[in-house]
Amino acid sequence: MAAAQGALATHRRAYYLYLIPGAVGFLLIVLIPQIANFFLSFTVWKGIGLPRWAGLQNYQRLITDDQFWGSMIHTVLLIFSMTVIPVLIGLVLAALLFDYVRDQWGEQVSSFFRAGFYLPQILPVTTAGVLWGWILSPIGVVNIILKSLGLGVIAQNWIGDATYAIWAVSLMIVWIQVGYCLVVFMAGLSRIDPSLYEAAELDGAGWWQRLFSITVPMLAPEIFVVVLTTLIAALKVFAPVFVLTAGGPDNATLVPSYLTYYHFFTTQRVGYAAAIAVVQTILTIVLATIFLRFQSRQQATE
Amino acid sequence: MADATLDFSETTSRADVATHSHRRRGPMRWVVLAILAVLLLGTLFPFFLALINAVKNGVDYSASGPLSIPTRIDLGSLIYFWNLSDFSRKLLNSVIISACVAVFGALLSLLNAYAIGIGKVHGSRVILVVLMLGIMVPQESIIYPLYYMAKATGLYDTQLSVILIFAVLQSAFGTYLLSSVLGSFPREIIEAAEIDGASTWQILWSVVVPVLRPTLMVLGTFFFIWTWNEFLIPLVMLVSNNNQTVSVAMGLTRGQNMSDPTLQAAASLLGILPTVIFFVIFQRTLTRGVVVGAVK
Repeated sequence: MAAAQGALATHRRAYYLYLIPGAVGFLLIVLIPQIANFFLSFTVWKGIGLPRWAGLQNYQRLITDDQFWGSMIHTVLLIFSMTVIPVLIGLVLAALLFDYVRDQWGEQVSSFFRAGFYLPQILPVTTAGVLWGWILSPIGVVNIILKSLGLGVIAQNWIGDATYAIWAVSLMIVWIQVGYCLVVFMAGLSRIDPSLYEAAELDGAGWWQRLFSITVPMLAPEIFVVVLTTLIAALKVFAPVFVLTAGGPDNATLVPSYLTYYHFFTTQRVGYAAAIAVVQTILTIVLATIFLRFQSRQQATE
Repeated sequence: MADATLDFSETTSRADVATHSHRRRGPMRWVVLAILAVLLLGTLFPFFLALINAVKNGVDYSASGPLSIPTRIDLGSLIYFWNLSDFSRKLLNSVIISACVAVFGALLSLLNAYAIGIGKVHGSRVILVVLMLGIMVPQESIIYPLYYMAKATGLYDTQLSVILIFAVLQSAFGTYLLSSVLGSFPREIIEAAEIDGASTWQILWSVVVPVLRPTLMVLGTFFFIWTWNEFLIPLVMLVSNNNQTVSVAMGLTRGQNMSDPTLQAAASLLGILPTVIFFVIFQRTLTRGVVVGAVK
């Protein structure tokens, strides 16, 4: 028995060896770059030669940088198209498909709708950008439809006009995001006991009442997960802006990620870009920490 | 269960719905279906537009616009964009990069999760939290040092750089998922193997991996599609045309002067097709995985 115990102890130590590839990878790809970026944010650097220490200079500039604040305001706007609107649409759709369509038309019809609404979510965002860029261009489909309906006055240069560009980007993002919310919510609904709905219905609760009194409370964990993951994603929106508007026109669609990219690789103000990235990272970590705490509490109660 | 006996005929083939009672059926069901159908058509309309205009003749387009069904199929725009962007090369690059990330990412996840879930190494909780935080932070905050390191090591503008980066980034999520699966792996089986004198390496490959194979496949499928859709890191790392992925090529099309509408539709369609085909093949896996990814 003692020999077996000894063997087990050796085994225990052997398991640490399996962490080596992952640890080395994480160190080189995530940790060291993250730390390096943090240090760079306190320097002035053009990407060649040695970085010059600048203390808090980059952060002081950031506070007075209109482009940066503009990008933060756009992020707040994008929270609506990344999180608020898709969650609301997703909830109504999921409840309809699960509690009404599946019941009235069968499982297959409901799955078909789910797959259809999910489709935009699987495309590379850049492809969605090419598609929507074409649809919303001055000579694009939207304007052609408006003109044919006699509404030519409404037709706009949706992407090229500073007033509308952020809405054009938002429209595409909503189109992409609804499917994600829908699929997660429908999966969550499958653990709700159908008899709850039947009881409510017998009590004379209408569909909307059932939505707010059963579906939403029962889906609370999923709603929380979707809200936090999409909020984190909203802080990192890059490809839709890169492809559709490149931050323009007139900075009207600038977002932090694009601003970072722009300063890293176009103006080569590496230290300054690093500072913006640090701000983004801190905001993300705050949200991510809430998320991970919630997840581990969920697991504990499972 | 009040009216469970009503209209039982339709539910016989659907065991899981059989317990679900059927409500009164009225005209409302048609109204709801119609509303949903309109919403779905709206969602799918851009795909439809890409399809009909990608195969439309330029003359046809200028005569009857983007909404008309093409009078005849003209593959000219598709072929033109295919050659213009060297699309076969882009597809091959995307496949190579995504497949390598799927394999190496799953392998890294497996090794990490084996130590955490089976080996119960100390500090596994901290490891998982650090890994998850590591991948949740914006890629912007690591991109410049990575770019600099790649240049210094000669890995800049090589597919290997992107493969290495994503294998590590994706493995964070994989480790998280596999650790929770392996955490509930029956101890007795492992202990029996240990007492039989099997090394940890033998236990991994002959006991754990066979059980885990389906989960590893799901994980690999996910890593593949996630990597396929990645943009920022490939955009920065792969500057030469010959190394770029489909996603990067798409991202750069808008910058190019492509005023021809049928050409833009063709580009969109070519970008859409690979993922849609992949989606159709792996639909079950992928929709299951979204839930795993978000909720687990």
